[in-house]
Amino acid sequence: MGKYLETVKHPLFDSNPVGVQILGICSALAVTTKLETAIVMTIAVTAVLAFSNVSISLIRNQIPGSIRIIVEMAIIASLVILVDQFLKAFAYQTSKQLSVFVGLIITNCIIMGRAEAVALHNPPRISFLDGIGNGLGYGLMLLVVAFFRELFGSGKLLGMTVLPNVTEGGWYLPNGLFLLAPSGFILVGLIIWALRTWKPELREVE
Amino acid sequence: MPADSVKKTLIVAFGVCIVCSILVSTAAVSLKGIQDENKRLDRIKNILLAGDLLNGDADLRTIYEEKIQPMMIDLSNGKQVPKEEFNEVLNIEDFDITMVAGHPQYGMTIPSEKDTAKINKMPKYTVVYIHKEDNVIKQIILPVYGKGLWSTMYGFVALDTDLKTVRGFTFYDHAETPGLGGEVDNPRWKAIWKGKQIFDEKGDLRIEVIKGTVDTSGSEAQYQIDGLSGATLTARGVNDLVRFWLGDDGYGPFFKRFKEEIYG
Repeated sequence: MGKYLETVKHPLFDSNPVGVQILGICSALAVTTKLETAIVMTIAVTAVLAFSNVSISLIRNQIPGSIRIIVEMAIIASLVILVDQFLKAFAYQTSKQLSVFVGLIITNCIIMGRAEAVALHNPPRISFLDGIGNGLGYGLMLLVVAFFRELFGSGKLLGMTVLPNVTEGGWYLPNGLFLLAPSGFILVGLIIWALRTWKPELREVE
Repeated sequence: MPADSVKKTLIVAFGVCIVCSILVSTAAVSLKGIQDENKRLDRIKNILLAGDLLNGDADLRTIYEEKIQPMMIDLSNGKQVPKEEFNEVLNIEDFDITMVAGHPQYGMTIPSEKDTAKINKMPKYTVVYIHKEDNVIKQIILPVYGKGLWSTMYGFVALDTDLKTVRGFTFYDHAETPGLGGEVDNPRWKAIWKGKQIFDEKGDLRIEVIKGTVDTSGSEAQYQIDGLSGATLTARGVNDLVRFWLGDDGYGPFFKRFKEEIYG
């Protein structure tokens, strides 16, 4: 049992896809201006990761090496389209806000990376848990970044006012920088710094 | 069979393709109904929002059917298009303004010197929504769109029957920066539009989004709308698209015809 739990827990901090492996940065900047979009994106990526890992793992012994990458891409792309269709049907408003970024999950390096590194060599159950773990690790980063960006950028959390804005009669002057992509970079950078200070073993050997 | 033989490669490739395409098409086909319904409801909601007709939790469709009368018009002369001429593309229920604008027969390219809203193409026909209560026209809700900073912004403007006074304004689709240009969605900003005058007594197009805050004591205040701080280009886009659509190349002919029909 411990092995399975460890598979889920390890990517949360020790091998966080964003914080340690520095993958999936682009979407981490794009969808984190609001917590809500970050949450939906987390669910979408986790679902795609888990199921792409399972499907690839199930046929891992059948996939010929020469078309390995294309087979993986086909599976990932189909799953992303499925997720996109479901969002459009059941979470229309959020899917409008996420717009193109759901489709871009296809190009998220984390998914391809896990397929290559784990799903091709491991049985389905461990691959599934690895997908869940990495999805949550990615999501954790997204949520932390989105929390600060929405709070300081618009004075809200999940769309509810926390710091009343000057424009709405309150006292908080929103910091527009937090709504632009550079702030995402800065926040991700700060988190990586914090993570490496907390766990010195994550630092690369010079 | 070794996994790398040519035969095996073909079988696996084919198999994966079949399974994936079945999955994707099943999902797309079976969810299409719900998705289309979402789109329709979203549009209805925004029409009602522009006309300030949303009240609490009353059913959107009921309010819409009770109070709104959609009408297809020919933008070049403002005439109503009779039902008999409706078809796949030209129909009220599923009217898609960008699709019609790009259609070879029902859309047209705007000459670049006139294209102030920067949309390249515009539809020759569009659907306008007449808000009626007890057979009296209360307001007219017009679809408008134009380029912002990053995206094309789609919205509705609601006008009083004098065709001069703005009754409401809303955007239902855009991808401007949240918190900056995205503030075109802000209810407080949209509320500023209410009561503003589009034309002066001479009938000249006067409405504009200015930079900064409007001097409310000035004589121009009735035509001016506060800019959005930090979103100069988006605000300019809104200004341009409103002036384009309410001008002679947009709904001008329709306004003329409407006035003749109502006031003789």
